Amino acid sequence: MTRRRWAIPYLLLAPGILWLVLFFVLPSIQMFVMSLSTQSGGSGLTRHYEFTWAWQNYVNAITDFPDQFANSLIFGGMATLLCLLIGYPLAYGIAFRGGRYKTFLLFLVIAPFFTSFLIRTISWKIILGNDGAFLSIIRDVLGIVPPNFSILGTPLAVILGLTYEFLPFMVLPLYVSLEKIDRRLVEAAQDLYAGPWQRGGALTGGLLGGVLAVGSMAAFGYLPLGLVQLPGILFVFVIGAGVGAAIATLLVSESFTKVIFPLSLSGVFAGSILTFIPAIGDYVNAELLGNPKTQMIGNVIQNQYLQQNNYPTASALSFLLMAGILIAIFIYARSLGTDELTGGAG
Amino acid sequence: MTAITSEAAARARGTTPSRSVRRSVERWLIPGYTAVALFYLALPILVMIAFSFNDPPGRFNFVWGEFSLAAWQNPFGRPGLQTAIATSLGIAVVSTIIATALGTLIALALSRYDFRGRTSTSLFIFIPMATPEIVLGASLLTLFVGTSQEPLRSLTGGLFFPLGIQTILIAHVMFNISFVVVTVRARMQGFPRHLEEAAMDLGASPWATFWKVTFPLILPGILAGALLAFSLSIDDFIITNFTAGTATTFPLWVWASIRNNLPPQVQVIGTMVFVGAVGLVFLNTLWERRGERRDKRIAAEEAAREVKLAVATE
Repeated sequence: MTRRRWAIPYLLLAPGILWLVLFFVLPSIQMFVMSLSTQSGGSGLTRHYEFTWAWQNYVNAITDFPDQFANSLIFGGMATLLCLLIGYPLAYGIAFRGGRYKTFLLFLVIAPFFTSFLIRTISWKIILGNDGAFLSIIRDVLGIVPPNFSILGTPLAVILGLTYEFLPFMVLPLYVSLEKIDRRLVEAAQDLYAGPWQRGGALTGGLLGGVLAVGSMAAFGYLPLGLVQLPGILFVFVIGAGVGAAIATLLVSESFTKVIFPLSLSGVFAGSILTFIPAIGDYVNAELLGNPKTQMIGNVIQNQYLQQNNYPTASALSFLLMAGILIAIFIYARSLGTDELTGGAG
Repeated sequence: MTAITSEAAARARGTTPSRSVRRSVERWLIPGYTAVALFYLALPILVMIAFSFNDPPGRFNFVWGEFSLAAWQNPFGRPGLQTAIATSLGIAVVSTIIATALGTLIALALSRYDFRGRTSTSLFIFIPMATPEIVLGASLLTLFVGTSQEPLRSLTGGLFFPLGIQTILIAHVMFNISFVVVTVRARMQGFPRHLEEAAMDLGASPWATFWKVTFPLILPGILAGALLAFSLSIDDFIITNFTAGTATTFPLWVWASIRNNLPPQVQVIGTMVFVGAVGLVFLNTLWERRGERRDKRIAAEEAAREVKLAVATE
């Protein structure tokens, strides 16, 4: 009895791991094989494929869909950045000011998960629509934007949808890392004259704000970069820089930049990965909130698989996406340790 | 001591206006921001609830018409909707049971035993969660379609083809296992091992120890994992879309109806699911709280008994 104790953990693991091997590892291998195959006959779902080391599939995958790859990276990256900017103060507020309502506030953060993901996206279609509440306020009441202005069908709508969708994935790891910080360190920093972030703050915040403002205008497609638009770009940059500098000097203190923020970096990394991965693979937001020009790589994979039945190219696309993500995870696991990542105990 | 240091720190912090700005920011801005951000997160849910009472002007429930209870009075009154919901529920229940069982066993192994390959196993468990859903769905479809042709056909007898409810089930169990493992493992941190040892010392067999001591203690964690698995399964669209074939679940029904006719029934069902899920979580929390209180009471009683004993022996 006791001699066989070493086998117990393996017996416990066996059924679940077997399931994952059969339906996660095996499909991945099958997909890799498919990505190097060519069609050899048949039609529709009963097509036949032959393994021919067709590396050309990968070349096709990259050269045929450069816009969609770019859209995925830009939209996914912008959504991750926005999630960080929106989510960090939220996680900070809950961790440092939540008091005894922390559990309830965290529950509100994950409340969107209790509704269908499609229905939430439909809600954004309602809110952002041309007859929706948001545009009637900023267009009809405040008159900030021209009468023919619309959000649906633009990159902005897709980015906003992605940002909303994955914000909880950013907030939760940030909260965990902020919650773990020993408050005495922050008090010690304040006692040791960690004052406002004045000298470097205005400059850093201003630069960050300016670059972000211009970058987001460009990413949202409202600002084609060129010499003619230079005054406009400068104007946007100055506004962004002003806001950034004001936030940095007024709101951010040295105890934040030198103690809290460095200690929460693991949460920033984890949150960014957990947001970026599903965001670049998403196609529902691009489909429901965007237009044909805002398609992402997920739309292509879905279309090639389910409409075109072009499995080899679609497999190559999926494999590129997955390979990129696995590389990111391994780099991350190397630099921070696997337990930080898997949330396990020791 | 504190007075002196805070005075010194105040001097170092510089000008008074910036200090008072900072103080009011600390007091009002962060809680205010938190409230606004949480409202932003809740907004689509509120819109969903509101639009379940809408009588839309056209075929699409995208624009407010007028208040109506029609959809609530007839929540399943659309062709195919009832079947789709029944399929969703059935798949969610079965896949939750299988995934919770398999995931709990893995979580037990990972948190209770030290064995060769433990770290790589927990990394392996993490990978499906970190893979975009579209890749999971696409690779499963490749496998399922692959079983219709050589060499997999002769190996499996074309087992998973054609696509349908069985392939959706396989997919849902697959992506749910990892989430169950992570949830159960998190709840097993700080598990009181001495209780198990005590049971063993008192002559309980390992089997009896598990069912009488370990299982009741980790049950809230298992239920939390099952709840998560259920909600992920019932809400899944992307992977299901790849593995469904001609079967229709509720999300697939919604997706199909977005193109030609989106009735307020969609929001009605969404609201029902939301209320039900929140209710379940609330009950689970209450139950765990009660367990915690009971544990505390037992500990207090034990402490009191020991004190009495100590007093008596004196």
